[in-house]
Parts: sequence; C-alpha cells; structure tokens
Amino acid sequence: MVATALAEAVTHPATGAALDIEQVSHAFDIDGTELPVLSDVSISVEPGEFVALLGPSGCGKSTLLRLIAGLDKPKAGRLREDEERIRNPHPSRVVVFQDPTLFPWRSVWDNVALGLEAQGILRSQRQRVDDALDLVGLSPFRDAYPHQLSGGMAQRVALARALVNDPKILILDEPLGKLDSLTRITMQAELVALWQRKGFTTLLVTHDAEEALVLANRVIVFSDRPARVKADIRVDRPYPRHRGDPYLAELRRQILGLLGLDATW
Amino acid sequence: MSTYSLSDGLASGAPRTSRVPLLANWIRESGAGVLASVAWIALGLSCLWWQDVGDWSRTHSLGIAAFIIAALALFGTVGADYLGAAGQALHKRAPWLVALGVFLTVWEVATAKFAWLPLPFFPPPQAIIEVYTDDLPKLLDSVLASIKLQLGGYLIGATIGFLTGVSIGWSRAVGYWVHPVLRFIGPLPATAWLPIAFFTFPSSWSASTFLIALATGFPVTVLTWSGVASVSNAYYDVARTLGAKPSFLVLKVAIPAALPHVFVGLFMGLGSSFAVLVVAEMIGVKAGLGWYLQWAQGWAAYANMYAALIVMSLLCSGAITLLFAIRDRLLVWQKGTVKW
Repeated sequence: MVATALAEAVTHPATGAALDIEQVSHAFDIDGTELPVLSDVSISVEPGEFVALLGPSGCGKSTLLRLIAGLDKPKAGRLREDEERIRNPHPSRVVVFQDPTLFPWRSVWDNVALGLEAQGILRSQRQRVDDALDLVGLSPFRDAYPHQLSGGMAQRVALARALVNDPKILILDEPLGKLDSLTRITMQAELVALWQRKGFTTLLVTHDAEEALVLANRVIVFSDRPARVKADIRVDRPYPRHRGDPYLAELRRQILGLLGLDATW
Repeated sequence: MSTYSLSDGLASGAPRTSRVPLLANWIRESGAGVLASVAWIALGLSCLWWQDVGDWSRTHSLGIAAFIIAALALFGTVGADYLGAAGQALHKRAPWLVALGVFLTVWEVATAKFAWLPLPFFPPPQAIIEVYTDDLPKLLDSVLASIKLQLGGYLIGATIGFLTGVSIGWSRAVGYWVHPVLRFIGPLPATAWLPIAFFTFPSSWSASTFLIALATGFPVTVLTWSGVASVSNAYYDVARTLGAKPSFLVLKVAIPAALPHVFVGLFMGLGSSFAVLVVAEMIGVKAGLGWYLQWAQGWAAYANMYAALIVMSLLCSGAITLLFAIRDRLLVWQKGTVKW
C-alpha cells in the first residue's frame, strides 16, 4: 500500500523531461545532391508541455521527430533531453507513428509488452502491460491479432505500447491522421486526458490546425521545406476545449494565414 | 414496393419446395452412399465370379474385403443419423468412394480377368496387396532407410539454409562473400553433383545426405534472405525506439517477419530434395524406396514397383502435410493461408 502510494506520488507530478533543440539543421542525400530539410531550428520545450508542430506536408516535421527520437543524427546542431545529449533511441522518448506498425505476428498483449521485453524487464513487470491495456480500454482484446483490429483500435494498441514504457517525452507523428473523424475526436480527448494524468512532455506533429489548437498548449508553425520556425504560439485555454471557441477560431485564422491559406479560409 | 415483391416471391416459393417428392430428397441424401456400396459389391463380384487368368493368392481376400466395404458404406449411409460425425464424414466422401470402387472394378476386370491390358506390366490390385502382405519386411526396411536419409539431409540443409539466409539478409559483409557463391552454385541441380559426390565422400550415405542438404538449402537460403531483406524499416524503428538491441532486432523482428517466406523455401526445398533422394537411392545407396524400385525393375516385379510407388507418394504427401501443419501452428497470425 505504502509502496504504491509512493509510486503514485512520484509518477504523478510532471514526469516529463525538458527538450532542447539547438540550431538543428538536417539534409538528405538523394543521388549525391543534398536536399536540405531542416534549417537552423531552435525550440526549447518545458517539462510537461504539450507542443504541436504544424506545417505544410513534406516540410520536414517528421524528420525533426526522428532526430528527437534518436533514430537519425542531425547534420548540424544539438538535441538534449534534460541536459543530456540525444545520440541514440531510448525508451524514455517513444514514438507513435502515423501507421500503428503493430507486429502482425504478435498478439495485442505481446505487442504492448514489446518495450519491456526489449529492455529485459518484462518478467518482473508484466502488470504494467495489463495496466497499459486497461488505460486504452483494450483489455478484452489482449489475445487478438493485429489483423483482427479496426484502425482506431490498432492505433490505441500502438499508444499503449508507447505508454507502457512510462516515457518522459511522448512523440506523436500524426497518429490520428488516418482515422475516421469520429474516432479521431474521441482519441483526441483521450490523448489530452492521458497527458494530464501522466504529465509527460508531448510533441505532436500534425497538419491539422484545429487538432493542434484543441490539444496543445503551444503551437509551433513551420515554413515550407527546408523547415524553419515561423511562429511560436501559446494557447492559454483550459481543457476540455471546444472547437467552436471564438478564441481558438481566431488563432486558427492566424495560423492558416501563416501557412498561406488565408485566401481559402 | 421492392420488399413486397420479394416477400411475394418467397411465399410462392415455399409450397414449391415442400412439394418436392420424398424420393428425390432421399436420392440427394443417400444416393451417393448407396451407389458406393453398389460399386464395391461390383468389385467383390468381379473378383469372385470369373477365374483369374494368372496365379494370384489374394483374389479371394480382396473380394471379401470389397463386400465388407460395401456393407459398411451401406450401413453408414442408412444409419447416418445415428453415427454423428462418422456419418457426416462418410456422406462427404461417398462420391470418392463410388469413383474408387468403379476404378478398382474396371482395373480388376481389365487385368486379372480378361487381360485387356498386357499382363506383366499391369498387375491387378490383388498382386499389389500380395506385395504388401508377403514382402512387408523388405518394404518397411526401405521405407525406414528412405525416411532416415531424407530427414537427416533435409534437417541439415534447412538449418544451414536458414542460418545462411538470415546472415546474408542481415549483414552486408556476409552478403558480399556468400551471394556470388550462392548465385554460382545454387541453380545447379543437386543431381549434377552425383558422380563427384559418390567419389569424394567416404560413404554413399554421406554423399546422399550432402546432396539432399544441397537441394534443400538453396531455396531455403534464397527465400529466408528475401524474407529478411523485405522486412519494413518501420518495424526496426519501432523496436529501436522501445530500447531494442541488435540481437533483439534479429531474433524478435527480422526472423518472425521473414517466417512466411522461410516456409515457402522449406516447401520448395522439400520438393526438390525428394527428387534427389530417389535418384541417389537408385544410383548409389543400397537401401530405400528408390533402391527398392530399381531392384523390382531388375526382377521384372512390376507389382512391387506399383506398391513402392504408392508408399512413396503417401510418404511425400505426408511430409508436406506435416510441414504445412507446423506452418499453420507457427503462423496462426497470418490470415488467408492456403489449406493443403
């Protein structure tokens, strides 16, 4: 009892990590020619913030996420998690991709257990897998295989697979992009609830201005490729937010203007 | 509107189905089973009615057995309602039972009774049964020898092929050295090595094992390699962000993802290793079903050849069934797999 109460007390208040992106530039080599994708990007994220990265499609947002995850190394600049240089992937920074990319040969439970198994701590911490499945409401499907799940359920499993590691930074790469609009609205609310409960730092890549404004307390707008930070907007509104909120509508108008879409608005 | 016309159609259709004569219903339910019984009675009669043109000792037994099968088919059909699953199984297979009975009857009449087919080359069914009863020990020895040789060579070839395939798919350095060798040696039919293998290996058994392993290893290697190479990078990205080490990426990501390909390779390897097994037994090894076939031909014992062929076909089919059963067990997560 005391132990669990203590664990609660430790995990609840802002478990998120700070993230510093310092003058990061990156480029791809395509047949010998260099294609710049990120140009001198500097962002400083506070522990526990929910930051949305918004920009035209193909501008290099997802590349930035791969750098933050440690999957790729930047050509120039530095990334730091809590003052520590990011050089490799680490389970404290987990990515949820646009495709759930569940392993089709593993059951739902085994998919969620992936991180703990890879770190060699599954045997002693099986309860965490059950808890993560409970968290996303998929405990009844623990023995199902991915091909038996709907798109929304699969993305929930992917979310549970990330959350089971108790990440300090949760990286979301358009995780709701391929879902139908109803599932999407439900999962947006679930995301906010999870973030408020767990307190991890959240980075969300999206190209949907409304989604960014409903979820995040900070929206960073990127330019076309090579991506530069165009605007850094605070969204000081309490949760749950309403899509019809005139304050958010005004922000949305400004953001679309920054993306060059004010004519169509 | 449309719903009304639909229900009208249903209403007018209902009395029509109930007016179907009972006889037609009975024929649809039990016709095939009764026909099967008739076909097997015909076989029994054809065995016992005419004199054999040759000297076969099992004609009488075959006739009796045919009558017993006919009786079982008849009772099984009439009493299908009381037999549960067995009755259902019989009902499903009844058409095949008819075909088999007719085929055996024609065979019996065309060979043993009137010799329409030239005799030593086309032995009657009772001659083949005679082989199974009188030459059983030798046949069993051959079966065991074949299984031993095949199993050893296949397991060695499949293991080496699998490990090689994973290594090529995973490591660029291994690929650099092994790929050219594979391209040079792999497409060569393993049987082309026969003369060299029987000279260079200490025993014909080890030579044959090597050849069977070679025939198995090539397809297994290529398909395992292609399976590992085609694993989506997204899986590796996911595993890496969750803290996976390289060994985890190989054992828990690359290999399970490649397994469907591996089984295609194992299946192809099994097919080509059967061919090598039979040729090796015919040429070098003094045991096994291939050798039995060769020996039977030397003595013009045609019934023995047919008997050995039937056993060989059952063994090969059984091996493939076993492989597919293992695959279905390991790959339950796949949807839409072919049922063998």
